[in-house]
Amino acid sequence: MASSPAVEIDGLTKVYGNIRAVDRVSFCVRQGEIVGLLGPNGAGKTSTINMILGVLEPTAGSVKILGERVGGQNRDIMKRVNFAAAHERIPGNLTVWQDLYVFALLYGVRNARRRIRELLEEFSLSAFEDTRVGLLSSGEQMRASLAKAMLNRPELLLLDEPTASLDPSSAKTIREKIQSYTRQSGAGVLWASHNMHEVETVCDRVLFFSHGSVLLEGDPRTLPQEHCKKDLEELFITVAREPLTLELE
Amino acid sequence: MDLQRVSAVFLRQIFLLRLNGARITNVFLWPALDLLLWGFIATYLDRVGKAQVSFLTVFLGAAVLWGFLVRVQTGMMTAFFEDMWAHNFFNFFASPLRIWEYTLGLIATAIMTAFAGLSLVLLMAWVFFGYNLFRLGLFLMPFMGILFVFGVALGVFTSAMVLRLGPSAEWLAWPIPFILGPFAGIFYPISSLPKYVQPISWAIAPSYVFEGMRGVIASGTVSQMDLLLGFVIAAAYLLAAALFFVYIFRLVLRNGLFTRFSAESM
Repeated sequence: MASSPAVEIDGLTKVYGNIRAVDRVSFCVRQGEIVGLLGPNGAGKTSTINMILGVLEPTAGSVKILGERVGGQNRDIMKRVNFAAAHERIPGNLTVWQDLYVFALLYGVRNARRRIRELLEEFSLSAFEDTRVGLLSSGEQMRASLAKAMLNRPELLLLDEPTASLDPSSAKTIREKIQSYTRQSGAGVLWASHNMHEVETVCDRVLFFSHGSVLLEGDPRTLPQEHCKKDLEELFITVAREPLTLELE
Repeated sequence: MDLQRVSAVFLRQIFLLRLNGARITNVFLWPALDLLLWGFIATYLDRVGKAQVSFLTVFLGAAVLWGFLVRVQTGMMTAFFEDMWAHNFFNFFASPLRIWEYTLGLIATAIMTAFAGLSLVLLMAWVFFGYNLFRLGLFLMPFMGILFVFGVALGVFTSAMVLRLGPSAEWLAWPIPFILGPFAGIFYPISSLPKYVQPISWAIAPSYVFEGMRGVIASGTVSQMDLLLGFVIAAAYLLAAALFFVYIFRLVLRNGLFTRFSAESM
């Protein structure tokens, strides 16, 4: 089981009425690998992450996490998964410590108090442990969400714009922490972002989403040149505005 | 079933109650005000009327038992609303938490809040009006059992309704026990209702409790068959509500409403 990909997606499809939000997407994230999800708004990145997390039921296709198929009420595999998303902060009406303790129980974290203490220090939240999450700045709330995401030392970590509300210095620190965690733990990371510099710095591989499908895949440092583009941002803009020109290449 | 995850859902509610005194009003203030209101009305009626039964005994017993049912339902529903207000469904259901574990956590919260409120109300009834609900004897157990099961069924149903229709459906959820109230014969016998309304009364479990309670007060006994029927009806409602909740939960997963919950999908 150690050699199973962190996540393996096969023909994943989500249809809402006449709209194909995700259209036969297949890819995998190997253990110890950080894979970036890029694409314009509405391209299907978040829907894909939501289907992996089991909060959105696919119309077709399958998701395997660490070799185990996800679906129905089989939630035990989620003990080995976690996520942080800019659009889904941890509840604002409890203190940071209380929120983390509740999630530690949900994820079956051993020595929860000690683990929380470590994470509060690691994410510079010790001063706010008794402060309600809703009273924190958006950057501090994001750090609290990231601390929650690391509670169970996940083998698959899903991140949806995790540095969106962080200042450049905090964002750099967070990127380094996640890179270091991935190297040490061998976890697989799926990282959706609109920050091209971040993707270039952090990701081993990127998937470009367009209209629900994976249009391009490759190394973020060489992919732009392969498609005669100056940098990742130019490639992104082409994917967003003229995806057909890339498909014809 | 993982009890640690059930306890996580319950613990979150305890933390919320501890953090904000305003939430305590739902647990203690409303039941206490209800008791005082009915206690004083009954005291007045006992003083001016010449009835064969004590209004205080009938009204206070009914008010306490009805209050218990309402607290079970609202205890469960408000625990659910707390997660809705805090946009917590995504976090919870992206974790290993199963829907049954979540529901059991809400039921545990309802048990705690309903019995905490009941304890205060029983104490106040005894101190202010010299009323002791335990005079109903062993019948109190099945009465409360039926009301508890029916209250949970209402809590599950209203939570499912709000989950499907979105946050604004909260306004439909609050009045539900009060819509049932007139049919349940809380303060009057079912026979005093118009004949065409009575079938509705006999289709809901609380009617059997309040008829039974009046029977105990009047004659010291109650039909065991009626109690059994009340319990079966309450259990049937609970089963139907649970199936409805599961159906709605699956629908929400299919429609992706957890991520767009505030869109009010009505």
